[in-house]
Amino acid sequence: MSLKISIPTPLRRYTDGHGLVDVSGDSVDSALQSLLDQFPLLKQQLYTEDGRLRSFVNVYVNDDDIRYLQRTETTVRPGDTISIVPSIAGGRGR
Amino acid sequence: MLTIKASEYEVLRRHGEETYPFECCGVLLGRFEGDDRIVEEVVRCGNTRADRPQDRYHIDPKELIRVQREASGKGLEIVGFYHSHPDHPAQWSQTDLAEAHWLGCSYVITSVQKIVAKETNSFVLAGENEEQKRLEAERISVLTLVED
Repeated sequence: MSLKISIPTPLRRYTDGHGLVDVSGDSVDSALQSLLDQFPLLKQQLYTEDGRLRSFVNVYVNDDDIRYLQRTETTVRPGDTISIVPSIAGGRGR
Repeated sequence: MLTIKASEYEVLRRHGEETYPFECCGVLLGRFEGDDRIVEEVVRCGNTRADRPQDRYHIDPKELIRVQREASGKGLEIVGFYHSHPDHPAQWSQTDLAEAHWLGCSYVITSVQKIVAKETNSFVLAGENEEQKRLEAERISVLTLVED
C-alpha cells in the first residue's frame, strides 16, 4: 500500500497528466514536499511566494479537511490518499 | 468550445429553476479534447452558502472529492462547473472570477428570470496561473441525438 496524492484536473499538466501520484512521507507536509520533488513546477500553483499554501487550496486526508486535524503536520500513513482540491465558489453578487 | 448533450444541458438549466431564487451549482464531467471540453455527465451539487444563497455558491470540497472519485471510476474527468444567476445576466461577476481556480476548465452560468431559465453562457478559465487568470467566453455546442 502506498501513500498517494490526488491531483485535480488543472494541475495535471504539471504532473505529466497523472491524476494520482505516489509519494513518501509521514505527514502532509513531507508528502507534499515529496510531490514537489517530483514535479517542481507545481510549487507556484500551490504556494504563495512566502511559502504558505494558497488560501483556496483545500487539502484532505481521505475524507478529512486538514484544517480540522493538525493542518500540514497531520500524520499520514501508507494506504492514505491526500486530495488537493481548489475551491469551487462564486456568485452574481460582488 | 464546450460540447454537451442536450439532455445534460437541460439538467443544469432545470437545476437553476428548481433552486430559484437561490443559486444552484454542480460539476461537469467528461474529457478534454485539445482546447475543447466534452461534457458526458452533469452532477448536481449542494450550495453550502446558506448565509446568502441568492447571490453566492460554494461546493463542499468533500462532495467534490466524492464526485472526482466516482468520475475516475468511469474514466471521466472534471472539465468544468456550472451555477445560476437568479434574476441576473448570464455573465461572470467579479466574484466569479476571484473565486475561480480551476484553470482550463469551463464555468457555465445560466440566467434564471422569475423561475424560468433564460440564457446560458460558458466561460473558460484561461491563463497560466492565478495571477494571470481570466474568464473568456466560449461557444457551447449542444448535441441533439436524432433517432432513426
